[in-house]
Amino acid sequence: MNAPVITTQRLTRRFGDVVAVRDVSIDVPRAAIFGLLGPNGSGKSTLIRMLCGVLRPSEGDGRVLGVDIRRDPEAIKRRIGYMSQRFSLYGDLTVRENLQFYGRVYGLDDRRQHERQDAVIELAGLSPYIDRLASRLSGGWKQRLALACALIHEPEVMFLDEPTAGIDPVARRELWDLLFALSHRGVTMLVTTHYMDEAERCTHVGYLYLSRLIAVGRPVDLKSDPSVTPRGTRHVEVECADPTAALARARALDGVRDATLVGNALHILLEETRDEPWLLAAVAAGDRSAGVRPIAPTLEDVFVLLSRAQQAREASS
Amino acid sequence: MNGFLAILLKEFAHIRRDRGTIFFAFVVPVMQLTIFGYAINVTIDDIPMVILDLDGRQDSRALVEALCNTQTFRVAERVHDHDRFRRAITAGRAKVGLLIPPDYAEHLLRREQATVQVLIDGSDSQVATTAMNTVALLVNRLAAGRARAVVEALQTGPARDEGGEVAPPIEARARLLFNPDLESSHFFVPGLIAIILQIVLIFLTSFSIVRERENGTLEQLFVTPVGRTGLLLGKLAPYVIMAFGELLIVLVVMVAVFGVPIHGSLLSLIGLSSLFILTALGLGLLISTLAATQLQATQLAYVIMLPSVLLSGFMFPRSEMPLAIYALSFFLPVTYYVEILRGVILRGADLIDLAPNIAGLLACCAAILGISLLRFRKQLD
Repeated sequence: MNAPVITTQRLTRRFGDVVAVRDVSIDVPRAAIFGLLGPNGSGKSTLIRMLCGVLRPSEGDGRVLGVDIRRDPEAIKRRIGYMSQRFSLYGDLTVRENLQFYGRVYGLDDRRQHERQDAVIELAGLSPYIDRLASRLSGGWKQRLALACALIHEPEVMFLDEPTAGIDPVARRELWDLLFALSHRGVTMLVTTHYMDEAERCTHVGYLYLSRLIAVGRPVDLKSDPSVTPRGTRHVEVECADPTAALARARALDGVRDATLVGNALHILLEETRDEPWLLAAVAAGDRSAGVRPIAPTLEDVFVLLSRAQQAREASS
Repeated sequence: MNGFLAILLKEFAHIRRDRGTIFFAFVVPVMQLTIFGYAINVTIDDIPMVILDLDGRQDSRALVEALCNTQTFRVAERVHDHDRFRRAITAGRAKVGLLIPPDYAEHLLRREQATVQVLIDGSDSQVATTAMNTVALLVNRLAAGRARAVVEALQTGPARDEGGEVAPPIEARARLLFNPDLESSHFFVPGLIAIILQIVLIFLTSFSIVRERENGTLEQLFVTPVGRTGLLLGKLAPYVIMAFGELLIVLVVMVAVFGVPIHGSLLSLIGLSSLFILTALGLGLLISTLAATQLQATQLAYVIMLPSVLLSGFMFPRSEMPLAIYALSFFLPVTYYVEILRGVILRGADLIDLAPNIAGLLACCAAILGISLLRFRKQLD
């Protein structure tokens, strides 16, 4: 059973003249957590909607659990769960009623309904709120309920479109713990997010930029990709009192391939011909508190560098 | 049919929790019935009248009394000069002015034609027409009575009735069918059933779908194995049931409170009403495929509701409308249903009498349901 659970070949979707998703090819193995990243409007939701069978692809092919997304979208729908970025449950129904509703929608019989209801309530820890109206739950609990509803029919694949947008850090952490628990049970997940720390926790990530997938792979492989650290360059971090001014100076330097602000520090792609003291003197002259150290690239560095390169390619073509 | 039961039960849970829906479905119709049945009274009586009686003797007083006895007029003011006479009308205190000349009685005595002047405020055409007809009718009758007395004395005359009395040579015996007392509620209440059913069905069904689109739950449902048929039937069935409940309430109120009897067959009334309910449901569905928000749905509903109330013949007779508007009224399903309701309830019409209207309603129903079902897809594009 090594066949990928989700696979696409050159999947494309147009809305009129606008290409929302262009030539996207991915393979997601069983029990993976595939993180899909990219700026707003880069095509993340469109891709998910095609995979869920609610949006017809314009070109290309895709299979989920071996089922063709063009030919039999309804067959896919029985076996997947979907959780959207907006709270999309019935606020005027209670937690129990929402679970019952989705159970009936998936055609569970009474015995199975009880069994599954108890299972997801326990998994999501919803038992204290079972008779509360869904609209009265706080943001994090609403997302847990949405997840529980999406899991009621024990799907083999879960699609989560920004499940943690707008909820507090503790709830965010707890939701991710739930996702890991599911992954251990063999559920395959495709999740979109804007948070880099969430991306770092995924088994696989893909980065959509201007409707193209410009990076895909395991985080560790992406960070060691030669296009992220080209031959003859290395990554360093500069800390100083005035990073904004230092950024402007660094970008003007010959020998600095790229410079980005990350928090209070500068991440710099430095050519091997230059050394650290030279860099420090050039960008933070006279700043006694300034320091520089070599670092491994983060996923954020990877995505920033790749999208700059892509931008340059688009501009030159 | 996948998921029909799930959606149906959920929809009832929404309705149970939402007081607005219940209010809209059952209280608003009763309010509308009250307004149209009681408040809008188009039989006109007690028109205020100003009198300038320059004669003042028995004959002129008899004329005024006869006018008041019709109940169409009441004396609002008696004046003694022309200036105040006109002013009573321009100020709107009186809609009708009666001017009796000083030599009224003399003319009558000398068997010369006597003339009285009647001024009528024409700004409200319905009141003016009623006043004009009533005055003409009454004066004719008074004149005929005087003529008869004269003829009687001459021992001859134009004609005699069965009792041997002198009578006019021709008499028209008019009989009012279907609504002998000319009650306006008999005219309005049956048509109102159509309007109420349409309002409730359009708003409730379009809202129930658009609300799910607005909340994102429709998108969630698209990702489930719920079938298109199950989704639609499950969402619409509760409102069909409510519509029948309302039909029943309105019919009962019509018969019991307003005393409008159903002359035709109750079965064909219910059958044809189901056809209309289906059509109105289609309109609601059509709106829900066009509107992204509940606000847009409301606006679209008004686009349908306004012509339905004004142009369907519910309030104003269609035969009086300009050709373009008249043609437009053929595209409103309510037009046919109002005709059907009045036909069955007031005239006891059967299916053969109503065939053209049934055909029209069927055509509307097929077109509207067809278009809206084509437009409603379980896809997002």
